[in-house]
Amino acid sequence: MEFNPPLLTSSQRTLSLFPLPLHFPLEIRTAGEVEFPPPPKRHAPPLQQALNTIESTLVAMGELAADKHVKYILAVEKRKDSFESAVLEHLRMNGAYWGLTTLDLLDKRDVVDSNEIIEWILKCQHESGGFAGNIGHDPHILYTLSAIQVLALFDKLNVLDVDKVSTYIAGLQNEDGSFSGDIWGEVDTRFSYIAICGLSILKCLDKINVERAVNYIISCRNVDGGFGCTPGGESHAGQIFCCVAALAITGALHYVDKDLLGWWLCERQVKSGGLNGRPEKLPDDTENGGISDRPDDAVDIFHTYFGVAGKTVAA
Amino acid sequence: MHGRPRKPLKPVDEAAVAAKAEKLRALQSEFLSNHQNKIYSKEAVELSAKLLEINPELYTAWNYRKLAVQQNLAQCESDPESVNSILDEELKVVENALRQNFKSYGAWHHRKWVLEKGHSSMDKELGLLDKFQAMDARNFHAWNYRRFVAALMKRSDEDELEHTQNMIDKNLSNYSAWHNRSVLLSNLMKKAAPGFTSKDEVLTREYELVREALFTDEDDQSGWFYHLWLLDQTVRSEFPLLVSSWPVEGSDISLPAADYLDGCASMNVFHYSSRNFPLVLYFNQSVRGVNSSTVSVSCGFNLNIDLIWKPLSSTDSQSAKVWATHLAIPDAELHSSEAYQVEVKVGFSQGIVSTTGVAYSHPSQISFQLHLQKTPLESGQDSRFGRIQWKDDCFAVYEPGSAEPDLVNLLDNLTIKNEVESTASTWQARIIDDETNIFRDLLDCKIGKLTVARLLTAYNSLRPLDKPVHCKEVLELYSELMKLDPSHYQYYKDNHSLVLLQQVTSSKESLLSRCFHYRDSTLSTNGSPLCLRLNNLAISQLGSFEKLLWVQMLDLSNNELQSIEGLEALQLLSQLCLSNNKFRSFTALESLRYLKSLKVLDISQNEIGSHSIDTTRYLFRSPLSHSVGSCDWNINYLSSETYWEAFFVLKDMGLTQLDVAGNAITSKSFNVFLEKLLPTLKWLDGVEVN
Repeated sequence: MEFNPPLLTSSQRTLSLFPLPLHFPLEIRTAGEVEFPPPPKRHAPPLQQALNTIESTLVAMGELAADKHVKYILAVEKRKDSFESAVLEHLRMNGAYWGLTTLDLLDKRDVVDSNEIIEWILKCQHESGGFAGNIGHDPHILYTLSAIQVLALFDKLNVLDVDKVSTYIAGLQNEDGSFSGDIWGEVDTRFSYIAICGLSILKCLDKINVERAVNYIISCRNVDGGFGCTPGGESHAGQIFCCVAALAITGALHYVDKDLLGWWLCERQVKSGGLNGRPEKLPDDTENGGISDRPDDAVDIFHTYFGVAGKTVAA
Repeated sequence: MHGRPRKPLKPVDEAAVAAKAEKLRALQSEFLSNHQNKIYSKEAVELSAKLLEINPELYTAWNYRKLAVQQNLAQCESDPESVNSILDEELKVVENALRQNFKSYGAWHHRKWVLEKGHSSMDKELGLLDKFQAMDARNFHAWNYRRFVAALMKRSDEDELEHTQNMIDKNLSNYSAWHNRSVLLSNLMKKAAPGFTSKDEVLTREYELVREALFTDEDDQSGWFYHLWLLDQTVRSEFPLLVSSWPVEGSDISLPAADYLDGCASMNVFHYSSRNFPLVLYFNQSVRGVNSSTVSVSCGFNLNIDLIWKPLSSTDSQSAKVWATHLAIPDAELHSSEAYQVEVKVGFSQGIVSTTGVAYSHPSQISFQLHLQKTPLESGQDSRFGRIQWKDDCFAVYEPGSAEPDLVNLLDNLTIKNEVESTASTWQARIIDDETNIFRDLLDCKIGKLTVARLLTAYNSLRPLDKPVHCKEVLELYSELMKLDPSHYQYYKDNHSLVLLQQVTSSKESLLSRCFHYRDSTLSTNGSPLCLRLNNLAISQLGSFEKLLWVQMLDLSNNELQSIEGLEALQLLSQLCLSNNKFRSFTALESLRYLKSLKVLDISQNEIGSHSIDTTRYLFRSPLSHSVGSCDWNINYLSSETYWEAFFVLKDMGLTQLDVAGNAITSKSFNVFLEKLLPTLKWLDGVEVN
């Protein structure tokens, strides 16, 4: 079963490239540093309880919202003839992550055929070890993380040659600690997060120079407490997420000025209740059936994912 | 989807769209085939240009073009005209793509890649940027690109600063411009560029500049964050300084004559109950390099071992605001008749450095006296307490008597005097005063109130040795903000709490009024410890730790605390009550791991364990930090997996009394687990342990 890419306008692709970690914070660990008892397995009582809570919250809203979301996601998958889906073919790996994780949060993972998906994922892997957004496209760190995350979702990390993938990721680290997205050298703190997150899922964080990676992220910290994509880059909620998450995983959260950044972040909430990504910008993500970014705007899978995830955290 | 309305398509539109999609797929398919087969003919390359014009996000096409360029450049190396035309073509493709989507990462990066090959006049680039910034002054791609071009062109920070001024003049509500201004100014001040050496002048100019933005539209956030940064730059202490210590300068410490498990204090002299007592150094900012070379400790007797100083930070193994070490007094050395003078010299040798790279250059010296307690407690009496009960009728107000100058002396000397602070503060105080007067005009709005509150608080931070002023006003402002802006209630509440604690700890009278004797019927009054009661204050955040290093028994019950971060500085704490607060996890109590003297702990009536997945775990501290050693999980404990958080926090503690009732995690099996985890425990939830 082929999975169609989500519907997004090209002008908002910037926001689309922030992959979120899976099972955060349960699965993220690093090799060697600390041994913790294995976290509760997926669907062990506490997690199942959480998922049940989410489902019952959605049902209690008076509509079978969960089912609507699921129907929407599966419908997206079927609409191959749309122009939008053609234009987004190259990031299908991301789309797979968003769609499948949403289904997972709604406990409807079983409506898809995991074997087909995994087969397709492996076809997207290159000899360098990296994964492309779709078959025939070039490898990039973005899609490599999505691939890892989807495989983790299905508990099928064992199909990976972990050494190969982790070597690809580690090979993208530069002298100053930053990470390039691919061999063509674009640098962005998003990629730092992706590398750190991906390697932590694979338990190979020691393959990179963590100290330098952290130092580079710190160099992107701004006077308002936030983080940008490169040194001097303006603070943006998406970049902040990536940098803070990377610092959390590497145990370097003390570099974040919690009070200052906390204030900046809570000022993202505007009068309507929505959240913007930067000061004086429009808010994103309101819910209505499948979820769109604003009432009256068309729904899409990217925002559905964030909307459902947001409700999960709030629950 | 951003900007696309919800509308079902009409049938005829659907057919047209399907045809468009089919065409695009055909193009993409052909392109991918060219790419796979490394075909870089003119037609093939043009195809990629066409594709990128429709879909600039097709990243593989940008990669392909780079490969084509590399090949074509190699073929015509010697001919500069061909080189230029090849690169020109690339720039044109990028421009077309940016017209389609001026936020395309791939397009911008391709342009940078081309420029790095040494082509295109920079004026042209700046012209292009002006066009983009005119369309969207907030496009961070354009700003990033501008930074890239400025670096390549070696444009000066001063020129770029002027550009931000131009942008701001065009539109005051340009957060991006203000942000860039902050970056450039920071650089200019850091390298002490001409015209930027006097912080006073620079900041005064900037305050004037931002004032217009702030008063034009008080809801617009752009100027406010810049103003907050200016405030920070105004009051930020340049130098790392020692702010307070334990023991306090001039104090008199008495140690037990024999090896007690836990004793109690006589208030005739300040008394510490163990032979292994802490030295604590509290700095005004995070520093590293505190060790036995940079801090010398000399006593009347020899301590043969080099002291090991540790940073009291759960997240950082190298630096912290608070450092501690322990002096172990060898039995043989002390004679009960002598008083030993101890001198702690901080920073007389180089090595202590703030995390921002400023060397510690204001050495301090702390002297205190140590002597042995002459006799043990009333003989025949069990030196241990019965169970501590944190009830009001167990506490009697402390009456200072003439025989107890030491506590008063101690409280008088809590803050270390640093000369350097008084000289620098003139221009800072003047600026803050001016700004406060100006913003009192905006007190009818949220941001005005918040700014005045911040300014008044900043003013107090400039004068650490004086009693804080305007506390009442600041507290009122935060209370009003809590009502005016309920979505940020917790932020205002936390700040309110911090100011309240500043007020409470600001004078010895205030502190003394909150000191109580603990009455236990099994002991005479001579033996009761002094308890600082900060209960029922509705505080949600703790602060002012530098004023509390002397505290051994602390009552924080009936507040709204969610975390005790910072409490690790109170190394003397032996009895602590945190009942009836809002703690939701053991991770929130992680500071307890540093309180080696803690014997009595009450965390009952909280919300520990109420969320099955601890969503705050990563916010407080990652368990993956470097400072965490590996734990031995191979212990035959019941349910150590289920209670691993409690295990991690409590495992090395020598608690004798613990109260955990009234939490979500409370259960019989949890109590069984606790009894096994804490072999020193005598009382659990009020019941004697077997």
